[in-house]
Amino acid sequence: MFLINCPYCGERDQQEFKAGGEAHIERPKQPTELSDDEWAEYLFMRKNIKGVQFERWNHAHGCRKWFNMVRDTSNDEIKAIYKMGEKPPSQ
Amino acid sequence: MTKNLRVKSSEYIDETNRISFKFNGKTYHGFKGDTLASALLANNVHLVGRSFKYHRPRGIMTSGSEEPNAIVQINPGTNRTEPNVRATEVEIYEGLEASSQNCWPSVEFDIGGINNFLSPFLPAGFYYKTFMWPASFWEKYEFFIRHSAGLGKSPTSSDPDIYDHRNVHCDVLVIGAGISGILAAKNAAKNNFKTLLVDEKNELGGSTIYENNEFNKIDNITSSEWLKKEIEEIKGIKNLEIKTRTSVAAYHQYNYLLARENLTDHLETNDKTNKIRQRLLKIRAKKVILATGALERPLIFNNNDRPGIMLSSAVKKYSEFYGVACGSKNVFFANNDSAYESALSLYNKGINVDAIIDIRDQSESKIVKKVEEAGIKIYWSHTIVDTAGYKRLKSVSIMKLSNDGTSVTGSKISISCDCLGVAGGWTPAVHLYTQSGSKLKFDEEKQIFLPNQNTSNQISVGSCSGDFKIDQIIKNLNQKLKDTLNIKETDLDNIKVEIDQENSKRNIWLLPSDKHLGKTKPFVDYQNDATAKDIKLALREGFRSIEHVKRYTTTGMGTDQGKLGNMHALGIIADTAGVKMGELGTTTFRPPYTPLTFGTIVGRNVGKFFDIFRRTPMNDWHIENKAEFENVGQWKRAWYYPINGETMHQAVQRESKAARESAGILDASTLGKIDIQGSDASEFLNRVYTNAWSKLAIGKCRYGLMLNEDGMVYDDGVTTRLGENHYIMTTTTGGAANVLGKLEDYLQTEWPELDVYLTSVTDHYATASLCGPNSKKILKKIIPDLDLSDENFPHMTFKEANIGHIQCRIMRISFTGEHSYEINVQASYGKDLWEKCMEAGQEFNITPYGTETMHLLRAEKGFIIVGQDTDGTMTPIDLQMDWIVSKKKYDFIGKRSLYRSDTMREDRKQLVGLLTDDPNIVLEEGAQIVSELNKSPIEMLGHVTSSYFSPNLNKSIALAVVRGGKDMMGKKLFVPMENRNINVTVANPVFYDSTNERLNA
Ligand SMILES: [Zn+2]
Repeated sequence: MFLINCPYCGERDQQEFKAGGEAHIERPKQPTELSDDEWAEYLFMRKNIKGVQFERWNHAHGCRKWFNMVRDTSNDEIKAIYKMGEKPPSQ
Repeated sequence: MTKNLRVKSSEYIDETNRISFKFNGKTYHGFKGDTLASALLANNVHLVGRSFKYHRPRGIMTSGSEEPNAIVQINPGTNRTEPNVRATEVEIYEGLEASSQNCWPSVEFDIGGINNFLSPFLPAGFYYKTFMWPASFWEKYEFFIRHSAGLGKSPTSSDPDIYDHRNVHCDVLVIGAGISGILAAKNAAKNNFKTLLVDEKNELGGSTIYENNEFNKIDNITSSEWLKKEIEEIKGIKNLEIKTRTSVAAYHQYNYLLARENLTDHLETNDKTNKIRQRLLKIRAKKVILATGALERPLIFNNNDRPGIMLSSAVKKYSEFYGVACGSKNVFFANNDSAYESALSLYNKGINVDAIIDIRDQSESKIVKKVEEAGIKIYWSHTIVDTAGYKRLKSVSIMKLSNDGTSVTGSKISISCDCLGVAGGWTPAVHLYTQSGSKLKFDEEKQIFLPNQNTSNQISVGSCSGDFKIDQIIKNLNQKLKDTLNIKETDLDNIKVEIDQENSKRNIWLLPSDKHLGKTKPFVDYQNDATAKDIKLALREGFRSIEHVKRYTTTGMGTDQGKLGNMHALGIIADTAGVKMGELGTTTFRPPYTPLTFGTIVGRNVGKFFDIFRRTPMNDWHIENKAEFENVGQWKRAWYYPINGETMHQAVQRESKAARESAGILDASTLGKIDIQGSDASEFLNRVYTNAWSKLAIGKCRYGLMLNEDGMVYDDGVTTRLGENHYIMTTTTGGAANVLGKLEDYLQTEWPELDVYLTSVTDHYATASLCGPNSKKILKKIIPDLDLSDENFPHMTFKEANIGHIQCRIMRISFTGEHSYEINVQASYGKDLWEKCMEAGQEFNITPYGTETMHLLRAEKGFIIVGQDTDGTMTPIDLQMDWIVSKKKYDFIGKRSLYRSDTMREDRKQLVGLLTDDPNIVLEEGAQIVSELNKSPIEMLGHVTSSYFSPNLNKSIALAVVRGGKDMMGKKLFVPMENRNINVTVANPVFYDSTNERLNA
């Protein structure tokens, strides 16, 4: 059970949070201009990395804010947490 | 047979407090402080159970939670009975009853014992090989296996005890109150760390407390005496909480641990009442200090499982701690000095020790010299090749061990004995360490796995980190404490330690016998009856991975989780396969470390509060008027209101007719309501709904359909524009929380530039839906000054009004196809509003209707219910709702997906109406639909999603999704049921008033 440092509330137990999948997949600004393949890439394709992964998390049972997390999926180490819109930390 | 083997008073046993208890129906006596195991041993009872596969007689082997054999059923036949309890962990109390498991009819005469003689036919993988063929026989085999296995019985009535959960936060958690744990906790607490010290036993001090080794001294007194003083001292330290009888079951990431605190299991039955039995501690610790100690290993030799064969450390603990002699003729079998400490302990208490068999060729330590001086015969370089005695050990046969340790030579010597203490060295208890995700490495010299790479803020100290001698323990502990607590000095800096330095050891994983391995029974896992030859067989059959060998042989898979035999299994695999143990790795130790009761996991029984119900403000009225309820998510919704003993069908038919003929009223308070405000609210709605919102005038309502980005229908509902920058959105009852979550997600992550604020107001309003041709007259009676004319208040518009002093929002919208009003008031006025409507409607025979009638009425109109007629694979086009998808809008959630090749397929399942040829037959929801009956396999075209008998049309109607259904209007299809095929015809899904005349009436 992780201890997650919500950027708005501080450290809270994992059960207050909801994982929201891979981070930094921007919704295309002009979807209608995309081919089926390009749209499918946005819609369906997600990485499933063993190692350092960028993820979206939501403090669902807290402040309801979304934020980003850098997590090593091989040992669940949370390497960084930052707000939506902020630049991911360089590796 | 019964004799008292109590040797000397012990400070941990209260001999003035005599306790009687029953084991297998017979009454015995013990003392306060005894475990069930120590009390049985004091009564010379060793035989306590039968092994799982061969039903071999088994005795008490250990004195702790690693016990594989003495597994008993506590208080059988009562509602507090508990199976699979280790006799070594049960503290006895007056009236305790226990019985052996896995034996029938009794432990003394067990029919399953025949398996022992059949054992050549029960090798590793026996169950997999035999019972899987032929497949049709499995049911018969299962019956047989379940009856002969019989590992304990669960209680048949409800648990009378109370359980609890507690969250605990501390700076330092110390696990294990042996010498290392006590010193660690003391120094942590004294340095202002909020410290929690837990131990699974009821006494502090671990094994050092009864060590009484005259050669191990701290500050000039024995380590045992010294530790007792330390224990007295820590009891008064503030910042330090000590919990005994508390076993850590699981160690998760981020120093999150689960521990079970045992509060009443040791009390007499009368004292257990109304107290919390066990408490699950959910611990978050900033730092964890693992001081879990080490477990003594057995040695693996032929017939090493007879009752009377025990761990040497257990023999010692029973004598020193409980004052019990485990035998009257004791022999030890050793590969290190530990057995000598035990032998000397017995000798000093006047208990007979006949011999020590040692596979080493010598030892120079002081304690060995002392044993020699005592005149105890030591057989150096010897090994046990066999043992005798069925229900109790009678003798051991020994032979000289070859230099390489792989064979035996010379003549056989038989030594008679009734207790054999086995000392195979010590294995650090690293179970919790690995559970935390930290990694071990194998120490080739010590032949043990040691903590290596920590993943969380933790340290391992004492014997669980491979330090077995007191000087080493204290020196390393001192340094680790300074590093981890960041302190400069400790009270360990200046203590003086003297120890017996010799620590030689000879490790042989599988000891040879004069017999061929195939004719021997060297048990590795006692509980699962896995022998060394099973492991070798698995390797011969091609298993290589330790995880596979474990499953194939069932080694280490019992309730003891291989605490004793795991290392030997690994060693034998490594030796046989010719690889290094370090390369082999170890199996995963999974939580719980010791079994937990279901009660502990569940926690407090809060009855109806376990899953919270949500009730509407009108709920009391529904109850008073005998409504039947249905669960919709957490909501309790009025389902139908039977009168005069009506069936559900009768009630629904009556309610449905009344709503169309005169007036009906529905409690719609559960619909999700989201308040949307902000200067970009219109733009936001444009993006989340399929239709256009910018031009919706203030005071108007509009139905909206919300898609997922994949184009599939997600939710629907009516949204009303209350002001320039203010909307109220309604969602489905079940979808409210998810819709809010999804909208928040888009606002926060994709469109942070939009000025929009969302607030859930579902619980803030109560909603009564008035429907039917007389609804207008009823509303007029309630709010006489509101102009209800079609010009002033047409369909799909909204008005604010007052009923008396109560403000309300009224939407003229309809989910039934009738002229309807949804009246929203502050939740606390909900029941008043409802009663006013009922009173005003009395002259029109206003009929309250529930969710079932609502579903029927909307189905007559062909209105979908998201989640019933859709299942996450339906686009608006599939639902024949093209009219709601804006062609002009550049983008909205899911728009692009509607033009994917897959979503544009003509043969997708599409929503249609179905009419049965026989109007009295009502289809079953979920029934399959086919076009041809004589084809094999029959192609399934779709299924029925909604189906009712319509009282207003006097025939059955159904909605269905059918592949290519849009172009099948009028086509004959079949719904095959168990006993008949029902003929149906595809129809328009709007069955009633397709021109919407009634809406505007
Ligand atoms: Zn938060």
